[in-house]
Amino acid sequence: MRVTVRLFARLRDIAGAAEMPREIPAGSTIRTVWTQLAGEFPGMAAYERSMSSALNADYARMDAEVHEGDEIAFLPPVSGG
Amino acid sequence: MTRRPNDEIPKFSDTEAVTPQLFAIGPTALALEPLVSAIAVDSDGVDGAVVTFLGLVRNHNQGRRVQYLEYEAYEPLALKAFERIDREVRERWPGMRLALHHRTGRLEIGESSVAIVTASPHRADAFAACRYVIERVKQIVPVWKREYFDGGDVWIEGATADPEDDAARARAERIACA
Repeated sequence: MRVTVRLFARLRDIAGAAEMPREIPAGSTIRTVWTQLAGEFPGMAAYERSMSSALNADYARMDAEVHEGDEIAFLPPVSGG
Repeated sequence: MTRRPNDEIPKFSDTEAVTPQLFAIGPTALALEPLVSAIAVDSDGVDGAVVTFLGLVRNHNQGRRVQYLEYEAYEPLALKAFERIDREVRERWPGMRLALHHRTGRLEIGESSVAIVTASPHRADAFAACRYVIERVKQIVPVWKREYFDGGDVWIEGATADPEDDAARARAERIACA
């Protein structure tokens, strides 16, 4: 199934794209998507413990199941204000 | 001035400022006055204090001479985080009202990146809530700043955003009420 990955700040720089479509197996979780990405972009792995994830613009845990058409976002540590 | 029922409702020209939203994020320059007006709309006379905070782009950071900042946000989630902070504020300080705007894009030295307004019957609560809000913004709102300084640029990375982290929330409250 097809999902959209959104990346921000340094994660976006590492991947060279803010948004990318991904093909993943049915029953995947956010973690499945992350593992695939981190395999493809080794610079990302360092963020495994410090980043946050979101599903359809809501914070979500890595074990959340994803569905066709979902938007999954990976967020490096934030620095607003 | 009291308006009689048959008086014509005043018309505003297109250039008249409309009441701004209480929560917003985007590239528009920030201004406190419209936020103060917006929050006064619901006052009903109970307010004894309005506290305002502006976060500014500073010309130095960690020994570097800063040239400018670029802010990026995951806007729909940022707005939800604003609303979450608003709920937290009203849980902690019942009756408190909040307006919160964050700017994105390139900001020059001295420009405002964040504007916070709190209003409540008593000043101590309004001051504390305002401080709480900026601490929570830094903890859980998906906004990132890229610092351009003499000699390079760097993404600033602060807190791992986790709204369910009660320890972080308690820390913000401790700072606010110190």
